[in-house]
Amino acid sequence: MSNNDDLTSDAIRHLASLTRISMSDDEVEKMRDEMSNILDNIAVLNEIDTDSVEPTGHSVDLKSVLRDDVSGDSLSTEDVLMNAPNSDEDLIKIKPVFE
Amino acid sequence: MHQDDLKTLTIENARNLLDSREITSLELTESYIKRIENTETDINAFVTISKESAINDAKNADILIDSGEQNLLTGIPLQLKDNLCTRGIRTTCSSKMLENFIPPYDAFVTEALKNQGAVILGKGNLDEFAMGSSTENSAFQTTKNPFDITRVPGGSSGGPAASVSASQCLFSLGSDTGGSIRQPASLCGVVGLKPTYGRVSRFGLIAFASSLDQIGPITHTVKDSAMVLQNIAGFDSKDSTSLNVPVPNYLETIDKGIKGFKIGVPKEYFQEGINPEVEKIIRDSLKVLENLGAEITEISLPLTSYALAVYYIIAPSEASANLTRYDGVKYGFNYIESENMWDGIEKTRQFGFGDEVKRRILLGTYALSSGYYDAFYLKAQKVRTLIRKEFEDAFCDFDVLAMPTSPSTAFKLNEKMDDPMQMYLNDIFTIPANIAGIPSISIPAGMNNNLPVGLQMMSGALQEEKLFQAAYAFEQATEWHKIKPKL
Amino acid sequence: MNNKYETVIGLEVHSQLLTNSKMFCGCGSDYQKAEPNSRVCPVCMGMPGVLPVVNRKAVELIIKTGLAIGCSINGETKFDRKNYSYPDLMKGYQISQFDLPVAINGNLNISLNGNEKTIGVTRVHLEEDVARLIHKNEPNGTSHSLIDINRAGVPLMEIVSEPDMRSPEEANEYLIQLHSIVRSIKASTANMEEGSFRCDANISMRLKGTTELGTKVEIKNVNSFRSVFRALQFEQNRQINLLEIGEQIIQETRGWSDESEKTVSQRIKEFAADYRYFPEPDLPPIIISKQWVDQIKSTITELPAEKIQRFIKSFQLSEYDSSLLISNDIIATFFEDTVNECKNLGLNYESSAKTCANLLNVDLSRILNEKQLQISDLNTDYGDFSILIKMISEDTLNSTMAKTVFENMLLLGKSPIEIADNLGLTQISDTDSLEQIISEILSQNSPAVQDYLEGKETAIRFLIGQVMKETKGKANPKIATEIIISQIKKS
Repeated sequence: MSNNDDLTSDAIRHLASLTRISMSDDEVEKMRDEMSNILDNIAVLNEIDTDSVEPTGHSVDLKSVLRDDVSGDSLSTEDVLMNAPNSDEDLIKIKPVFE
Repeated sequence: MHQDDLKTLTIENARNLLDSREITSLELTESYIKRIENTETDINAFVTISKESAINDAKNADILIDSGEQNLLTGIPLQLKDNLCTRGIRTTCSSKMLENFIPPYDAFVTEALKNQGAVILGKGNLDEFAMGSSTENSAFQTTKNPFDITRVPGGSSGGPAASVSASQCLFSLGSDTGGSIRQPASLCGVVGLKPTYGRVSRFGLIAFASSLDQIGPITHTVKDSAMVLQNIAGFDSKDSTSLNVPVPNYLETIDKGIKGFKIGVPKEYFQEGINPEVEKIIRDSLKVLENLGAEITEISLPLTSYALAVYYIIAPSEASANLTRYDGVKYGFNYIESENMWDGIEKTRQFGFGDEVKRRILLGTYALSSGYYDAFYLKAQKVRTLIRKEFEDAFCDFDVLAMPTSPSTAFKLNEKMDDPMQMYLNDIFTIPANIAGIPSISIPAGMNNNLPVGLQMMSGALQEEKLFQAAYAFEQATEWHKIKPKL
Repeated sequence: MNNKYETVIGLEVHSQLLTNSKMFCGCGSDYQKAEPNSRVCPVCMGMPGVLPVVNRKAVELIIKTGLAIGCSINGETKFDRKNYSYPDLMKGYQISQFDLPVAINGNLNISLNGNEKTIGVTRVHLEEDVARLIHKNEPNGTSHSLIDINRAGVPLMEIVSEPDMRSPEEANEYLIQLHSIVRSIKASTANMEEGSFRCDANISMRLKGTTELGTKVEIKNVNSFRSVFRALQFEQNRQINLLEIGEQIIQETRGWSDESEKTVSQRIKEFAADYRYFPEPDLPPIIISKQWVDQIKSTITELPAEKIQRFIKSFQLSEYDSSLLISNDIIATFFEDTVNECKNLGLNYESSAKTCANLLNVDLSRILNEKQLQISDLNTDYGDFSILIKMISEDTLNSTMAKTVFENMLLLGKSPIEIADNLGLTQISDTDSLEQIISEILSQNSPAVQDYLEGKETAIRFLIGQVMKETKGKANPKIATEIIISQIKKS
C-alpha cells in the first residue's frame, strides 16, 4: 500500500464524488499531494505481520447491548423542522430528487 | 469576586465558598462573565457566551444551595467544548456547516451537569469537528495560548484548555480522539483527563471517530478533575458502548500516595522528535515521582510508533461516515445557488467544510473503498489489536506509565498549518491511549521559556483511580499547577 | 417462450418488522397512521452526536423468520455501516449487516402444478428503513421533493434468495409462500400496498444446459405480487428478444411501471456503487445463545404449509379450501373453534367442517365484498356460528335460508335462532303438523294421488308444490315427500 502512484487526480475526483464533495481542479491537486504524503507515512504498518491477528472493531468488550421494544416520545414536528433550511408545512423541502 | 482571586480559585475551594455562603453562585458567575469579557479579545476561547442562561442557572443554583440540596458541582461556572450538544444553545463544532445549529436535545454530560445545578457559561472553540492540534482549524476564530498569545493553545480542545488556563471558568469539558484534551492541556498548563473509552457516555458528543472519541474534564487541579469525572461518568442506556460498571469514589483514594507504585517509562516516548528541554523536564518529573516512593522502570513498547498510522486510518474512516449526514438537507449550512439537488449537496459540503475536514473525509473514503479496505482499514484494526495487547501486558507489571504529553511546547500560530503531517506528529504521544481505549492524564510538570510542559500518565482500563493518585501526589509535591498566565 | 433459454431469478425481499418502536430509537414505528414528521427524534433523523441502541424485539423477529424458513442462526451477529449519500438516508449510512447476518442458509418449499421445489434462502439480515420522499409539482411548473422522516429507522429485514427460480411463476409462488410465513409468525404485517413488504428481483437468461449465469438486470420499485410477476414476464421476453437479435444485456437497474406495463431503465446519474462497509463502532456485537434461539423457536406454533396439511387431514377438506381458510388467521381460528364446538354439540365432524368451510370461503367473502367490510368489522362468535351449522345439518334451514341467516348474523350480531324466528325462516320439520297439512292436501287433490298410484312419479312434485304453497316454503321437502308417500300408501 505504500505505492501511491495510483493516487491520481482522477482517483481523488472519484473519492470526492463518492462522498459528495465538489472540488475545484486546484483543490484536487493540493489534496492529491497532501494525501500521498500522509499515505506514505501510513505505509509503515506493512512492517507488522498481522496474519493471525483478529481485528479490533469495537473499543469495549461489550456484547448484546439491547433495549426493550417500548415506544416513547418523539420530537415535536416544530423541533424536527427547526433547523431545516427549507420546509413546506410539516415536511422538509429540497430541490427535486428526480428531474 | 476580584478578578485576580479567580486565578487561584479551584472547584474545590469555590465549593467551600458557596457552601459557606461567603459567595453566591450569581456573584461567582458574574465575576467569570466579567473575566471572560476582559480576556476574550486576547484569547478567543468562546464560540458562544450564554450569559443570560448562565445567570439563570446561577440563580437556580443559589436556591438549591440555600435549601441545602447542593451537589459537588452546584453553582460552579463551566464551559463546554462546542461539540457537546446543548439544548437551545447553538452547537457549532466550530464549523460553518453547523454555524446556526440549535440542538433540540442535550448531550448526556450536559444533562448530568444541568442536573447538578452547574452553570454553563458558554461553548469552547475547537478545531472544526475536533480535527486538529492547534484550534487553528476553527471556522470562526483562532484561540490563543494565554501564556503567549502569539502561540497556539493546542487542539482540538484549544478553547477549553485556554479558557481554563486564563481562568475564564472553573472547568471545561473537552473531547479526546487522539490527544485533543491532553495536548492542549499540556500546552496551556492545566490538567486534562481522557477517561477509559466507555466511562463517559458519548451521547450528544458530535462524533468524529466513534471508536476513539471520549469526553473528559479540563481543570486547574487533579482533585478538580476527579470531582468532575465523578459527576459525568457512569452508564447511559442511550450509548451502547457505555460501560455499566459502578463509578468508584475517586476522592476517597486520591490522596493515598504512590509509595510502592510501579511506574513504567516507555523509552519510545523519548525518541521521536522530542524537544530536549521537554525531555529534561519529564526526566525531572520522574525523579519527583521516585522521591514520592514510586518505583521507576524503563520499559519498551515497540509498537508505539505505529499508533499514529493506525490512527490516521481508523479516525478518518469513521469520520468519513460520521460526516456524510452534513448535506444541507435536514439542518445546517445549505448552499443556495445550486443547479439541482446533487449539486446543492456537493457544494454545501465543498463550502461548509474546511480543508482539514475534507482531507480526512477523503482519506477515510479512500481507506474504506473497495480494493483498499483490507490493506488499510482491516490492517489498522489488526495492528490496533496488537497495540491494545502491548498495553494490557504492560499493565500486568505496572500501575501507571509515565511519559511526555507532547513532544514540544506551544508552537507559533500558523507555524504548522501548511504541513498536515507535521501537525499530525503533535499527537504522537497521546494517540496510543485512544487506540488502546485506556485512561490518560496530562498535568503541569514544568516550564520551558515561559511555556508549560505536561507530564502524561496512563493506566489500565477503568483504573482512573491510580491516575488520580499518582497525578495528585505529583501535584502536591510541585508548584507547576500554580503558575498562571499573566492575563 | 423461446425454449432455447432458461430463466434465472433471485429475489430480495424487504419486510418491515412488527415492532412497537423503531430499530435504534424509541420513536413509534406506527408511521403509516401518523402525521408527517411526528415520529421523529434526534436519533432517527441523524442529528449530530446521537447514538443507536438495538431493539431486542427486532432481533427476535429476524431469528424467528430465519427459523421459520429453515435457516441456521449465527451465534454472533454484528452491525455494519453501509455508506452512501441520499436525501432519504438521514445519517449518510444505513446500519445494516454485512458479513455476519443473523440467519443464513435457509430454504423454502414451493409447489407449482403439483411439482414440489426447494428455493434456497441465502441470508436474512436486519437493517433500517429510510425516510419517505414525496415529489411535488407546483402549478407554476417548478417541482421539488418533500421529506417525511417518520419511516426512517423503522426495522427492516432483508431476505435474499438464491438464484433458484426458473420462471416468473416460481418467483410468484416463492413470494406468496414467504409472504404467508412472515405474516403467520407475526414478524411483519407484510402489506405490499402500504410498502411494508417490498421486492427487488434479479433476472438473467442463459442457454439451457449451461451453468454460467447471464448478465442480470435488477428490477426495483415493484409493489404487488401481480406487478412482480408481470415485470418478470416482461423482462424475460425483453431479454430473450435482445439475445435473439444478438444484442448484449446491459447490467442495470430497471423500474416497473404499472401504467405502461413495462420495465424502464433507471437513468439516474450512476457511478459504481461502493458502499464502504465497516463494522458499526457504536454497536457491540450481539451473541445469540442456543437458549435464546430455543425460546424463540418455541413461539413458532405452526407454519402455513403445515397448517394446510393438518386441515386437509383432520377436516377432510380439499387443499384449495384449506389454503383459503388459513390465508387469514382470524378466519382459520374461527373455523377451528366452530368445528370443535359443532363436535361438542354432537354433530358430524367432517360434514360440519365442510358446511362451515363453504360458508366462510364462499359466502363470507361475497358478503364482505358486497358490503365493503373488513373481517374485523363483523360481529358474531363461533358459538352462534356452530348453532347455525347445527340448524343446517338438522334441516331446520335449507341452504337459501342459511345464507340469509348467516348474512344477518354477521351484520347484526344476533343468534341464528333469533334471526330465523324474526324472519320466519324456520323449516317445518315437525312431522305432526306436516302430517295434518298433507292429509288435507291429499284429500283436496285426489286426481294427483290417483296419478301417483298409477305410476306417474311426477305427481309427487305437484303435491310437494302444494305443501310448499300452504307452508309458505317452510316445509322440509325431504320430510314432506316421505309423509306424502306413506299417507298415499296407507290410504
